Amino acid sequence: MNDNGILQGDFFIDGDTACAEAAICAGCRFFGGYPITPATEIAERMARRLPQVGGTYIQMEDEIASIAAVLGASWAGQRAMTATSGPGFSLMMENLGLGIITETPCVLVNVQRAGPSTGMPTLAGQGDMMQARWGSHGPYEIIALAPSSPQELFDLTIRAFNLAERYRTPVLVMTDEAVGHMTERVVIPPSEEIKHYPRRKPQVPPSDGYLPYNPDPDGVPPMACAGEGYRIHVTGLTHNEKGYPATVSVETQRKLVERLIRKIRDNRDDIVELHEDQVQGADVVVVAYGISARTAARPVRVAREMGLKVGLLKLVTVWPFAENRIQELASQVKAFVVPEINMGQIALEVERCAGGKAQTILVPHAGGGLHDPDDVLEAIMRVSRWNREPETQNSKPET
Amino acid sequence: MNRHEIRFSGFGGQGIITSGYILGKAAALYDGRHVTLIKSYGPESRGGASSAQVIISDEEINYPRVTKPELLVAMSQEAYAKYVDELADGGLLLIDKDLVELNHPRDDIRVCAIPATRIAESELGRKIVANIVMLGFLAANSEVVPVEGIREAVLSSIPKGTEELNTRALERGYAYEIQYLQEAANA
Repeated sequence: MNDNGILQGDFFIDGDTACAEAAICAGCRFFGGYPITPATEIAERMARRLPQVGGTYIQMEDEIASIAAVLGASWAGQRAMTATSGPGFSLMMENLGLGIITETPCVLVNVQRAGPSTGMPTLAGQGDMMQARWGSHGPYEIIALAPSSPQELFDLTIRAFNLAERYRTPVLVMTDEAVGHMTERVVIPPSEEIKHYPRRKPQVPPSDGYLPYNPDPDGVPPMACAGEGYRIHVTGLTHNEKGYPATVSVETQRKLVERLIRKIRDNRDDIVELHEDQVQGADVVVVAYGISARTAARPVRVAREMGLKVGLLKLVTVWPFAENRIQELASQVKAFVVPEINMGQIALEVERCAGGKAQTILVPHAGGGLHDPDDVLEAIMRVSRWNREPETQNSKPET
Repeated sequence: MNRHEIRFSGFGGQGIITSGYILGKAAALYDGRHVTLIKSYGPESRGGASSAQVIISDEEINYPRVTKPELLVAMSQEAYAKYVDELADGGLLLIDKDLVELNHPRDDIRVCAIPATRIAESELGRKIVANIVMLGFLAANSEVVPVEGIREAVLSSIPKGTEELNTRALERGYAYEIQYLQEAANA
């Protein structure tokens, strides 16, 4: 450990611990949470570690209050986070929307377990991916990242804090029990090598005419925090650039919502991160994220050994969705195979973007485990066969 | 492919997951290998079934679950019954011989037995180090991770002030096999 209490070096730690340490490296000094399996280890680690670096850990009465505390801490000028799992994620939905409309930078980690409801607390799921996108009411855009390993959970947690500040919005880290509870080597780089995107501060002094929601040219307003001398009003109601409610002005609503959406959508090139492995020239592309992208690497390798041209496209950023890349690939490949630990969520998005130009095959898993590599392999082989010899598919004798 | 799959199993409170953690840490940090550790347990913290899956490889590990382990450590009858069949042909089964009765005999595996819990309790005075006795026994019977790395990993993973106890536990388990082999050779 360095003098400043920040870790550096090689560690054998689980994903949850790596996530907490990443937050500390990223400058997070406030955690408001409520323990829930399989995210409890993040809270535990933060409870122990934050006091060592001058930060604050507070266990709230529930998840609704947890995210409310996080939003408040962010407005007080801190980098703040919370971590939860399915049931807690559901409770956080309303205040997630508050974070979006008030443009409050913060990080929300969801260590997904199998649902619905309390489901299987100690076992993996990826069933909250659409909830991440649409779970809070009203129109909005969201940023969600999906790590496949403890190291990636570390790296993406840091990235989440930077994206949150860059775009002034809550950022979701959509990990899962398998990654959160998996222990692996995690390399924590020296502090000076970790990129920090600083809070965007107003470039004007406090004045009567100060407009807290007057955006920079990229659509993101600088953020004056409590105690800095600016008069600010923070509300979940539709507000004008002064921050005052304008709840019957359709024009104010249009401008606000369009800006909230555009600041993410127009910057997709910056936000969307993909890892591509032999996607170019492939007949079949497996599109996956999180733990499923990792486990899919094995059947992809086996399929290649059988001579099939299979690519693996890992969605490191799930939201905003990699629309352009999927659209582009749809006219080059014959099919997408989408394994996910749910009954079909991101597969719908792939199918939408494929627009009928390529088939989309879902390999579902109801939750509580990882895909059997053979199930993914079988789907790859099935679609490869369809496309190569469509006649045999139809000319099978009736039995 | 150089992939070693190992499962530790028993019930909650026996330090099963700690054993997996220490072995994995030894391989990952002191032997430079790729390692994944997955913990499986029920909602109880003590008494329920507990298992740790460790994969050690020279290549990146895509699939982090054990499917055909070459080494199974069973510290309860329930764990033995549940996992003995998944052990690969020619695999090695290590049991706490006071806690596991070999009632599912397989003639295609090697079995080594040690009264780890009894040694921990009566010789070392602390039942809690039975898992470390078992790790020493594992180090003596398997070459998957060098014992030096395991020793370092034990020392960097345990609470301060328990170094001597844990070192003795590791040494006792490590020495047990040597004694066992000699007895077998003399017989």
